[in-house]
Amino acid sequence: MSTKTLAVAAVALAAVATAGQALARDQIRIVGSSTVYPFSTAVAEAFGKAGKFKTPVVESTGTGGGMRLFCSGVGETFPDITNASRRIEPSEVEFCTKNGVTGITEVVIGYDGIVFMNSKAGPDFALTREQMYKATAKDVVVGGKLVPNPYKNWSDIDPSLPKEPILVYGPAPNHGTRDAYVELVLDPACAKQPELKDMEKAAKKKACQTVREDGAWVEVSENYTVIQQKITSNPAALGVITFSYLDQNRDKVKAAPVDGVIATFDAIASNKYPVSRPLFFYIKKQHVGMVPGVKEYVTEFTSDKAWGKEGYLADKGLIASPDATRKEQAANARNLGELKM
Amino acid sequence: MTEMTEITSAVRTAETVAARLNRRYAAERRFRLLGLASIVLSAGFLVLLLGTVIAKGWTGFLQTQIAVEVAFDPQVIDPDGNRAPEVLDTADYPALVRNALAARLAPDADRGTRRDLSAMVSTMGAEQMRRMVAANPSVIGGRATLWLPASDKLDMVYKGQAPREVGADGNALSDRQLGWLAELEKTGQIRKAFNVQFFTGGDSRAPEQAGIWGAVVGSFFSLAVTLLISFPLGVATAVYLEEFAPKNRWTDLIEVNINNLAAVPSVVFGLLGLAVFLNVFHLPRSSPVAGGLVLALICLPTIIIAGRAALKAVPPSIRQAAAGLGASPLQIVAHHVLPLAMPGMLTGTILGMARALGETAPLLMIGMVAFIVDIPKSPLDPSAVLPVQIYLWAGSSERAFVEKTSAAIMVLLLFLVAMNMAAIMLRKKFERRW
Repeated sequence: MSTKTLAVAAVALAAVATAGQALARDQIRIVGSSTVYPFSTAVAEAFGKAGKFKTPVVESTGTGGGMRLFCSGVGETFPDITNASRRIEPSEVEFCTKNGVTGITEVVIGYDGIVFMNSKAGPDFALTREQMYKATAKDVVVGGKLVPNPYKNWSDIDPSLPKEPILVYGPAPNHGTRDAYVELVLDPACAKQPELKDMEKAAKKKACQTVREDGAWVEVSENYTVIQQKITSNPAALGVITFSYLDQNRDKVKAAPVDGVIATFDAIASNKYPVSRPLFFYIKKQHVGMVPGVKEYVTEFTSDKAWGKEGYLADKGLIASPDATRKEQAANARNLGELKM
Repeated sequence: MTEMTEITSAVRTAETVAARLNRRYAAERRFRLLGLASIVLSAGFLVLLLGTVIAKGWTGFLQTQIAVEVAFDPQVIDPDGNRAPEVLDTADYPALVRNALAARLAPDADRGTRRDLSAMVSTMGAEQMRRMVAANPSVIGGRATLWLPASDKLDMVYKGQAPREVGADGNALSDRQLGWLAELEKTGQIRKAFNVQFFTGGDSRAPEQAGIWGAVVGSFFSLAVTLLISFPLGVATAVYLEEFAPKNRWTDLIEVNINNLAAVPSVVFGLLGLAVFLNVFHLPRSSPVAGGLVLALICLPTIIIAGRAALKAVPPSIRQAAAGLGASPLQIVAHHVLPLAMPGMLTGTILGMARALGETAPLLMIGMVAFIVDIPKSPLDPSAVLPVQIYLWAGSSERAFVEKTSAAIMVLLLFLVAMNMAAIMLRKKFERRW
């Protein structure tokens, strides 16, 4: 009996090992940012329903992880498109080129706002970016000196803020949202501190971009739903989360105005809301024509019925770019324009 | 005098003995109580867990539907009248659904109102009409009352999981839509029906269209590959190590390693899968074949350890009797020992497979944690598995995915319970005591 099963196992292993290589891929593969994932999957589904091609497979790997997979090479085993919630970095382009990924097209799909929200049962916050910096940076300037963050309550930073302990749930460093938080909140607020101006660049970067480790800033690496659950169970806690989450759960949470501007579709689209960022996807040009449907997927994504002001992505919380930008981006994407750094 | 002392000392002894006895009884009672309390506590946690899952998730098996009288308008479906299948396929069915809703709820609707109206029903409704026409073109020109699936937002409000107070801020539905809902309720044109889509569909971004069938098929293929690889390998290893291998330092080393392997965190196997199965053997990413192979590695130690224990439990007298009748070592194993050990081995295998069914971490590495709509047709197609589907839905922002997540957890638990029951029944039925 054991010989028989052994033989079966050997045959199965052999079959499995050979079958993998023989098949050509007829399905688009997309990786990347978890912020873009809801939009990318919605387009993928609509694209698949149209019936001409198989529904693309979308993996949520985070922006950085997506770039690494995307740039690892050309061929069936590598993804065709990667989503990103920040722009591709020069080092990543270099990594791409090193692995033979030479043609990349960049598409700006729209905007996303980062909101600071808490439970509807909790106190009202009206924040400035500087206050957020003071609440969440590891070291802050007090009395002309850089000291470990002394603030325990919001009211210690500014008497107008609630007398509640500072507790912020934010994305872990593997999220593009975290990069955006650093870039759009911590860095600009830091630049305003006169005491830090003369610091040497690396030291300044460290001073500005390091978040608290004393429990006031809690990193959540899983997904946004976890952040949302934490803030609903703890009304005084603040969550750093993307706009689409706010939009889907307005009966439970509310957003704090930032620098006096409330996060709305219009405020983010018109760039009035200070903490907004563009979202991207990148196309591997060498795969166009090799994997069926890449071009058609891009066309679906860049059509007004998807990313337009009243398109189905707007229902998912994507903030559309202005008409002119969309037109320009769509033309560039469909012609597979080369990435310009 | 001496007699008195003797009596008092005897009484004292009796008293101390009784007191000590009482202490011992009390200690035993405390110990029993402690055990009982821990059972109650863990049972309480289990009830709490199951309770929340069921309370949150049972509505996921239901789907809100709206009764709408639709017209299969020939002008819209087939303006030329020649019933060409591709024309019938691409006709504007959503417009027909919208028209029917407008006729019932808001006869003189403007554009904005019509947008609000179509946000009440799922796009599956139009698909349902398309399929009806495709199956039987003679319905064109007629009218029919159809139960169309509601959109996820209406579904949530009707099930009471999203607020319904008119005029409240942060509502999922507009006040106008809430008014329509009240009207539909009054005439009985809205109901909750069994959610067929949940059991037959693949993943979707629209919660009301999302189903677990794709994940169930993916889990099935993965486990089939796992079983095919790990069972023969595990049994062969166990038999060799237990029955044939000489006892020396090498076999000791192997044994220690197998035991260690059983305790390795599963994500490590995922990394191995990525490095070996994807990068060296070039198996398709996200496919059940790659997933099944990784899960097979995770199961193997369990199966080997359980297999060896089952073989050890077969009494030596069976082997000696067979040998005494002239059976060769292979015959002893194949004809006597293995059949007697098989129930124990199968139990171990099923428990190992149940563990494999619940794994997500190793699959993350090989790309099975992905949005996959198409139902896999072979183990080489990309597919998700049940726990992955739960993980993905748990991370979605749409409210309606909360109940879908819990409903999927219930389905997964059901499979796990069924597998464990099978293991117990196998053991009960075929177990031999010597």
